[in-house]
Amino acid sequence: MSEPEPLWREEFPVETAGESYVSRRQFAKFLVLGSAGMLAGNAWIAAKGATEKGRDLPTLAIARHDEIPVGGVKLFGYPTPDDPCLLVRLSEEEFVAFDQKCTHLSCAVYFDARTREIRCPCHEGRFSALDGRVLAGPPPRPLPRILLERRGPEIVAVGIDMQGGA
Amino acid sequence: MPQERRPGEKRWITAIDGALALIGVLVVVQMWLVTATLDTFLAGHRGAALPAAICSTLLFAGCFSLYRFIVRIDRESRGRGE
Repeated sequence: MSEPEPLWREEFPVETAGESYVSRRQFAKFLVLGSAGMLAGNAWIAAKGATEKGRDLPTLAIARHDEIPVGGVKLFGYPTPDDPCLLVRLSEEEFVAFDQKCTHLSCAVYFDARTREIRCPCHEGRFSALDGRVLAGPPPRPLPRILLERRGPEIVAVGIDMQGGA
Repeated sequence: MPQERRPGEKRWITAIDGALALIGVLVVVQMWLVTATLDTFLAGHRGAALPAAICSTLLFAGCFSLYRFIVRIDRESRGRGE
């Protein structure tokens, strides 16, 4: 014959260890909240894509043709001053420009004149100075390329080619 | 010490566990979707953002429906005293 439950058991039905248990309903609620958060993330990405779609990129004069020596670099901001880019003179007539943010974790890349590569010092990512494609390291995508035009003595930025990469 | 289950309660617990597992699968798929969408968006392909948002909405709707199912099952099992 089992002993009757003590009186205090009626007033304290849950063991101390049991207070920290998560019920199935609570766990399901937590998962659904996480799902709602990810839905919000996807919605934000869609909204950002919709607002940026109609944006016209400005035309910006970057440098004069004779301002940079062969193998030299000039930093500039495009399309806004908060978007760092670098202009590289590869030869007498060949200029290229890329977004300066590494596609891995947004470190500032630099031009290595000795190897004629664009390098990221953070995780040893390397990009081609000709077209920005990834040569080595963890970057997942090519560097966005700044489209240039020669207008008289000036080098002018006229747009951005994201270069796909997916 | 685990709580002793009444005989009919095991059936409800199994249904709830199954729904929980399905919610888990949907959440994992949604996690993949948001990371893939962001990667594609950063690469310059803006066309995938809206379809991904629609798919994410459907996945969330599935998760929420399963959650409502769990709540209903739990309420019914408690109401019947099983």
